[in-house]
Amino acid sequence: MEILLPALLTIITAATPLLFAALGELVTEKSGVLNLGVEGMMVMGAIVGFATVHVSGSATLAILASILAGMLMAAIFALLVLKFHASQVPTGLALTIFGIGLSALIGQSMIGVAYDGIPQIAIPLLADIPLLGRLLFQQDFLVYLSIVMVVSVSWFLYRTRAGLILRAVGDSHDAAHAMGYSVIRIRLLAILFGGAMAGLGGAYLSLAYSPLWVEQMTAGRGWIALALVVFATWRPARVLLGAYLFGGITILQLHAQAFGIAVPSQVMSMLPYLATIVVLVIISSDRSRIKLNAPASLGRAFHPSR
Amino acid sequence: MSKKNSEYLLELEGMRKAFPGVLANDDVGLAIKPGEVHALLGENGAGKSTLVKMIYGILQPDSGTIKFNGKPMKILAPAQARELGIAMVFQHFSLFDSLTVVENISLGMDHQSSMEKLAARITELSERYGLPLDPHRHVYTLSVGERQRIEIIRCLLQQPKLLVMDEPTSVLTPQEVDKLFETLKRLSSEGMSILYISHKLDEIKALCHHATILRLGRKVASVNIDEESPQTLAAMMMGEELQTLQRGEAVNSGQVRLEVAGLNVTAADPLGISLKDIHLQICAGEVVGIAGVAGNGQDELLAALNGETRVREAATILLEGKPAGRLGPNERRLAGMASVPEKRLGHGAVPDMSLVDNAFLTAFRRMRLLRHGLIDYARTRQFCEQVIRDFSVKTPDAQVPAESLSGGNLQKFIIGRELDQNPEILLVSQPTWGVDAGAALTIRRALRERAAKGAAVLVISQDLDELMEITDRIGALCGGHLSAFYPTREMTVEKVGLLMAGVTLEQEYAA
Repeated sequence: MEILLPALLTIITAATPLLFAALGELVTEKSGVLNLGVEGMMVMGAIVGFATVHVSGSATLAILASILAGMLMAAIFALLVLKFHASQVPTGLALTIFGIGLSALIGQSMIGVAYDGIPQIAIPLLADIPLLGRLLFQQDFLVYLSIVMVVSVSWFLYRTRAGLILRAVGDSHDAAHAMGYSVIRIRLLAILFGGAMAGLGGAYLSLAYSPLWVEQMTAGRGWIALALVVFATWRPARVLLGAYLFGGITILQLHAQAFGIAVPSQVMSMLPYLATIVVLVIISSDRSRIKLNAPASLGRAFHPSR
Repeated sequence: MSKKNSEYLLELEGMRKAFPGVLANDDVGLAIKPGEVHALLGENGAGKSTLVKMIYGILQPDSGTIKFNGKPMKILAPAQARELGIAMVFQHFSLFDSLTVVENISLGMDHQSSMEKLAARITELSERYGLPLDPHRHVYTLSVGERQRIEIIRCLLQQPKLLVMDEPTSVLTPQEVDKLFETLKRLSSEGMSILYISHKLDEIKALCHHATILRLGRKVASVNIDEESPQTLAAMMMGEELQTLQRGEAVNSGQVRLEVAGLNVTAADPLGISLKDIHLQICAGEVVGIAGVAGNGQDELLAALNGETRVREAATILLEGKPAGRLGPNERRLAGMASVPEKRLGHGAVPDMSLVDNAFLTAFRRMRLLRHGLIDYARTRQFCEQVIRDFSVKTPDAQVPAESLSGGNLQKFIIGRELDQNPEILLVSQPTWGVDAGAALTIRRALRERAAKGAAVLVISQDLDELMEITDRIGALCGGHLSAFYPTREMTVEKVGLLMAGVTLEQEYAA
């Protein structure tokens, strides 16, 4: 048990940034926009959050700054894609490269600076339950928020009219336009939400998961978040499941030795990506499921002519 | 508020709309009484759609007046038209495949109500007007006829005074058309006016009271349907007497060119249709027709026949008696087959490539347009220009991209490209879909001529009148099953309709 508890605790912390980023990308993709810049938006969230806490000392301010940084990055993407009709795939890739470079520049002087990490909130009474209390009710604020976001996004998409309109835009932007809905405005909001959530995921990395700054500290988590969305066939609850699964694989590599598994560490590092590929192949073979949940106009540029 | 109410619900006068290079509507007038079914009749490009879009507020007229209930109106947006009581069922449905029926309808409503209430009202309306529809089904699981019902119910929910229908029957089986007409007559008897856009004269005879006829953007006549015959209507619509295809007796020699024996194809796409035990024989000199509502296996059958899908057992498809099931499209072309798919842009032609390049793509083997492995552009251009001449394709030159041609012209080009290769076996899907009557006549005549020269011709079409006109034998696809074939002379539209619904004729008459 002494070995298992820290492992389980770290799974939660490893899954949370993936969960934030993937939920944001899910909403963006449901509106029909494929933003491959998640990695870039996350890493910007990470550095801006860390720099803010370094300067001001306020974790709240840092989290807000991360969200803003992610949104600003997303706004650049939105401008290029929605206003100037740039192709979504290369624009997203460029955003990632841009984010990685810019974050390294901002973070130059902050390498090696330490921070205590954001405080954990123990929920009274519940936190005193043996084992479970430590695991579920003594986490930091962002972990709780991430679970709340899963429920909120799910409720928004499937229970509200705005969510219905968003899904409609992702299914057929021409039909939505013909009905008088503003495709551009709806997509802009969805892209900005995706940016905010990616920023939040980045903030969790540099403020809670490993409270320090290292260049490229997202280390491919943005890409895993993208894969997670497909893995989850665009359903929020399955994103939750997938994030914890992928988080678990990430942690497995760290704890493998403690468990006495004699596998080279390089192989363990490959695991999340290997799992992503395997899962993508399996998921893609079931086309009717894709048909029902995948936004049909994903990645297609919208020209409101006529 | 003036007391004096107009006799008409909707009156248009002097409507004019110009687009760059085209005068789409010029001094067009129209008047509809309450409870009247009014036909708007004209060929493709006559300006029907433009006029309707101005009524519905999608386009703004350059000049002209619209009066609704006797009051002059400017209709600036569809929402305003709906507010007035004008509803429209479009030819191409604006539906979201991955959403349910009730979600789709909810998105089109200007006034909100809860999903449960809306679903209940949909069920109520669907029962009252004989339009069966389950509000909680996902749209992608529905047939075209059911999709149209969604649009009609969406309109009826707004309790409109005027219902505009743009070519509503082009996607329906004859039985579905009958049902639709019952619904429309019922609505009209309850006082709703209907503006019915079509170029199908028999439908207009069966349904409408009055007709306004457009030709080349101008109003030609406004008539009482009872006083006209389909011939006189056609003459006004086209400006000339309707020519019917003169055809001789089939010169069926009994030589089987294409044979399909027990073909089974499992659809790769789970939403596609699997073909089940297909049997078919086409002889030299005959035109064989396959009727059916879209999505019953037509695409899959054409792909299996022309080689886009290869079938496992080579012997289930025989070209001139030789097993061909494993051959690819180019090998089958070389063996004498030509094929025209339903979708013109993106399947029959590459949209942004020139006509010359498009001509090369299917003809290079048979017309020997390759020299030492390189494209012989001189000969390709010659061939392309020959197609343009033979089928009077209207285009500035052979170098324009395929997508710049109008639908009818492109169809003439694609069919011409295949026919000018002198194929022994010709497969055509929806040969005259969306093509105007003049071009359709040219295409149908060319298909008959090809058969007369000894080719085996297969026509897959949703247009029953067309199949009745040009084929020698006729059958139908339903859910991936191909019916038996019957001589067209002995068939009626009703009997083919039964085949399309999957009823075998022996069953029907035995009962």
